[in-house]
Amino acid sequence: MYDLMVRARVLEERMIQVYRRGDAFFWIGGPGEEAFGVALGLQVLKGKGPKYDFLHLHYRCTPTLLAMGMKEEDALRLIMNKATDVSTGGRNFANHYCYPEWNVAPVSSPIGIQYSVAIGTALSQKRNKSKGVSIITGGDAGSAEGDFASGLIWSSRPGSELPMYITIQNNKWGISTDYDSQHGEKHVSDRGKPFGIRAKVHDGNDPIAAYLAIKEDLAYIRKTGKPAISEFKVSRLYGHSSASGANRVANEDCCLENFEKKLHKMKVLTAADFKQIREKHFENIRVLTDQIREEPAPSGDSIWDHTYANNENADWRNF
Amino acid sequence: MANMAQAIRLALHYAETNLDLKEVFGQDVGAPLGGVFTATQGVKTAWNTPLDERGIIGTAMGLALAGDRCVAEIQFCDYIFNTIDMLKFAGNTLWSTNGNYPMPMTVMTPVGAGIRGSIYHSHSFDAWATRLPGWKVVMPSNPLEAYGLLLSAIKDPNPVLFLKPKALMRVKGEELIPGEPSDEKELRTMIDAPLGDRTKWKPKWPKLEEFTVPIGKARVVKEGTDMTLVTYGRHVLVAKEALEKMGGQYSVEVIDLRSLYPYDWQAIKESVLKTKRVLFLNEDTEVTNFGEHLAYRVNTELFYNIYAPAKVLAGKNLPGIGLHPNLEENSVPQTDDVVHAIQDLMAQEP
Repeated sequence: MYDLMVRARVLEERMIQVYRRGDAFFWIGGPGEEAFGVALGLQVLKGKGPKYDFLHLHYRCTPTLLAMGMKEEDALRLIMNKATDVSTGGRNFANHYCYPEWNVAPVSSPIGIQYSVAIGTALSQKRNKSKGVSIITGGDAGSAEGDFASGLIWSSRPGSELPMYITIQNNKWGISTDYDSQHGEKHVSDRGKPFGIRAKVHDGNDPIAAYLAIKEDLAYIRKTGKPAISEFKVSRLYGHSSASGANRVANEDCCLENFEKKLHKMKVLTAADFKQIREKHFENIRVLTDQIREEPAPSGDSIWDHTYANNENADWRNF
Repeated sequence: MANMAQAIRLALHYAETNLDLKEVFGQDVGAPLGGVFTATQGVKTAWNTPLDERGIIGTAMGLALAGDRCVAEIQFCDYIFNTIDMLKFAGNTLWSTNGNYPMPMTVMTPVGAGIRGSIYHSHSFDAWATRLPGWKVVMPSNPLEAYGLLLSAIKDPNPVLFLKPKALMRVKGEELIPGEPSDEKELRTMIDAPLGDRTKWKPKWPKLEEFTVPIGKARVVKEGTDMTLVTYGRHVLVAKEALEKMGGQYSVEVIDLRSLYPYDWQAIKESVLKTKRVLFLNEDTEVTNFGEHLAYRVNTELFYNIYAPAKVLAGKNLPGIGLHPNLEENSVPQTDDVVHAIQDLMAQEP
């Protein structure tokens, strides 16, 4: 778990560097959320189709996908808009992944859509009597969207409850707007309570606590077929995106440093181990970055590709 | 003959029985009502959703991601506008994922004026719909083609908007749907729910056969040589009325586009090259109207072949359709407006 958290952090920090060096137009991600993200990714029932979990992730999901088995190359190709980018072919921003073979739905730039879309995958899982869960991640600010309410209402219809795991990574920010100035509710997850949805709040900066909370929630949903909502209090270490500078924020709690202190105290790993693990990932990702920089860009004449399925013509000039 | 509401019901039944259609849903779509126009009455997989258009579209998208075929309904297109970003997302999902995730889903919604529906039951959506790349957009003008277009939509691997001309929902067809009983009273007895208590009612479906109308193909409703009139939905009927009223003054070729996107340019082009004049007729508002795109294309690509500039007759660019008949009839093209537009176009000489 620690190794994955370090990989995710080093990768995100490298992606910020990629942006700063001019090899990418934009960076957006979630360094600081590795404890929650890795804990989630390690527990996904991974596969394709309604028998498995569906993931409706937001744009801070690199740790989750690394824990599921994603390669660093995928993240780097995506941020550098390479033709080799498996998620979008150079068409979309960093952290906007999709993996149909793992039921990872496309990450949406419009905030909150994932709560409504997850209703459909959960419905399919329910009809197929699957143990699969439709897992949604989102931020605290995004919970103000109507789609968040849609997720609560549709997942809790009496007799038609859906296996939806609604998670909120509450970093107390929506770009530059602070949580306390916009939210009257004490906890976002409290909004599940009037619908009879099991609702909890967790320390999302503690990987062990997050792992156990997710384990318990997923077991409950798989057993009952009913939704659950969990709010994870997390940190935002580099701001929202490159648009806000992507500089390290000094006063935020760091889940990785906290975990290192704990592992050190428990004599699981030493300071030398921490250094060696970080350097190993740093070097691997540095080499990959240099390789991928040379990979081909998408060609301009590919713009019509995949507008319709099977590449049916969608250009009116050719109707 | 079946009316359009019955034809849609028959298509949904055929699809849930033969095409692996898994879910039909929307507000009031399931029992006991079966849709405000009864177009989903008796359909086995139809169910009622919360009054939440974004949830309805999101659910359809999720089902599509899971590989399930579905038909979602927005009760009136007047209420689809709060889902516009989701429609955009559904339309660009295959493209933005570089071919990873197809989005096979059908959304049907009633459109247009003609039922004294006031401001929020009279909107059109065709111009908006054609600005959602990645979607296919169809609108039938008769029950048989409603059946055939809906089956094509359900089978299509792309998102398809099936626009229902609400003024035609009770209009009977002139041709039988394959498998439809020839006695319309027998059909009513079989598939129309009784008034009053419906808790024990079940439809008795006729043995239907597959019939599809290919998306992207127009139909020549009436051949002519003096000018071309391209329209769709209920204005196919308005156009026919106008021509009857003119008593054969001009030989007008009427094309029912049926599919707005992709559209049948070859059919339009062939007809315009023959007649040298063209009128595009629909009831959506006239500024940035879909007909303007077609007229632009005729005026640029066929400029040296036409006797007069392509003309568009559409709804006036108003915030809404007023309830009083005087207001509605002065807002969207009526029979006399079509007559005048034809006469104006024919009066122009090169």
